[in-house]
Amino acid sequence: MENLFVNMASGMRSLLASAGLPDTATDFILMFLKLGAILVYILISALWLVYMERKVSAYMQCRIGPNRVGPLGLLQTTADIGKLISKEIIIPRCADKKLFLLGPILIFMPPLAVFAVAPFGKDMVAIDMNIGVYYFLAVASLSTVIVWMSGWASNNKYSLIGGMRVVAQMVSYEMPLILSIVGVIILTGTLNMSEIIRAQENVWFIFLQPLGFLIYLIAGVAETNRAPFDLVEGESEIICGPFTEYSGMGFAMFFLAEYANVVLVSVMATTLFLGGWHAPFGLTFIPSWIWFLLKVYVMIFLFMWFRWTYPRVRVDQLMEFGWKVLVPLSIANIFVTGIGKYLYQTIRW
Amino acid sequence: MSEWVGVALFMVVGIVFGAGGLLTSFLIHPRSKNRFKLETYECGLPTQGASWVQFKTQYFTYALMFVIFDVEVIYLYPWAVSFENLGFAGLIKMFIFIFILVLGLWYAWKEGALEWR
Repeated sequence: MENLFVNMASGMRSLLASAGLPDTATDFILMFLKLGAILVYILISALWLVYMERKVSAYMQCRIGPNRVGPLGLLQTTADIGKLISKEIIIPRCADKKLFLLGPILIFMPPLAVFAVAPFGKDMVAIDMNIGVYYFLAVASLSTVIVWMSGWASNNKYSLIGGMRVVAQMVSYEMPLILSIVGVIILTGTLNMSEIIRAQENVWFIFLQPLGFLIYLIAGVAETNRAPFDLVEGESEIICGPFTEYSGMGFAMFFLAEYANVVLVSVMATTLFLGGWHAPFGLTFIPSWIWFLLKVYVMIFLFMWFRWTYPRVRVDQLMEFGWKVLVPLSIANIFVTGIGKYLYQTIRW
Repeated sequence: MSEWVGVALFMVVGIVFGAGGLLTSFLIHPRSKNRFKLETYECGLPTQGASWVQFKTQYFTYALMFVIFDVEVIYLYPWAVSFENLGFAGLIKMFIFIFILVLGLWYAWKEGALEWR
C-alpha cells in the first residue's frame, strides 16, 4: 500500500521503456499521467468538498443539509454540476466580451500549476522543484489578477467593487503569508517541498513555529477568499462580487477554482507546518499518502468551522489587521526564529 | 526533461481545461432569445450610469507599502535558505536590513498611511 502509486509510476515507466520509446517521450507521457491523476483528484475533491461544506454548515446550524439526491444526498453536487453545464452562458451586452470569457478560462490555471509541486506522499511529487515554496507564492497570487480582470470586464458596479476588494485583500494578506513562511525556511534551509517535509521527521514545525502557523492560517483563509474574509463575494453587500454576471459553466469554473484553492492552501499548511506525510505516534502501517490527505481534510474542516464561527470583517478592518497586527507579528517571528536558530547552532557546537 | 517543461504542461492543461469546459457548455446549452436577458444585473433594477469610471482606490498607500515589502522578500528568502552558512555576521546584517524596513513601516504608520480614509 505504501508504495502503491510509486510502483505504478515505475511500472508504467518500464513498460514504456520496453516499448522502445526514447527517454524524453517516456518522461513526457509520465508527466502527463501524473497531471491527469492530479486533475482527477482536484475535480473529485472539489465535488465532494461542496457536499462537505453544505453538510458541515447544515449540522452547525442544526439542519440536515442535502439529503434528496442519492443516498444521504451524496450525488447532490454531481447533479449540480450537470445542471450548471446545461445552463446557458450569458454574456451581458455591456460587458467586455473577450476579457469576460477569458476570466473563467484562465482561473483554473494557477491552482493546477501549483499542485505540480505538492508532495502527496513519500516520493509522490509530480515535479520535485528546488524552489517549490517560491513557485507556490509566485503562481498562487496570479488568481487575484484574473478575478480582478473578470470583475472589471463584467461592467457591473458590484463586480467592480468586488474586483477592487480582491486586490485590497491581496495587498493586505500576501505579505503576512510570505513572511510567515520565512521562519520555516530558516529552520530547514531549503525551498524544496520534499526536503521541508523530511526535516520534520522528529518534530512538526507547528510546534517550533506556532506563531508562524497562526499567521499562515489567517492569511490562508484570506487568500482563499472565504469567510470571515469573504468580502470579495459578500452576498449581502455586493450580490456575488466579481462573479455576479457569470452563469452556467463560467460560474462553475470560478467555484471549482475556489475549492481547488482551499485544497491548495491546506496542502501547503500540511507541508510546511503539519509534518506532511509523516505519521504521528509511530503509526507507520498506514501509508504516507493517507496521512497526508487526512491532515489536508482536517485543515479544510477547520476552514469550514471558521466560516460559521466568525462574522465577516469590514474592508478597512481587514487592511488594518493585516498591516498593523499580522505584518509586525510575522517580522517579530522572523527575528525570534533567526536568533533561536543561531543560539541553537552555537550551543550545539 | 527539464522541470520547466512539466510546469508549462501544467499551465497549458489548466487553460485548456477551462476553455474545454466552456466549449462543452457552449455546444450543449439551450439558447433563448430575450431582450432583457443581456441586461447588466444589478439587483434587477435598470442600470444607472457607467461602471467603467475612475475608481478611487482608498488603499493605494497600502499598495505602495506592499510593493516595497514584496521587493524586500526577494532578499529575505535567499538569506533564509543559506542561514546556516552565513553565521553571526549574516544574522546581524539581515537584522539591520529588516530594521530599516520596520523603520519605514513605523514612519508610514505615524504619517497615517495605514489609515482608511
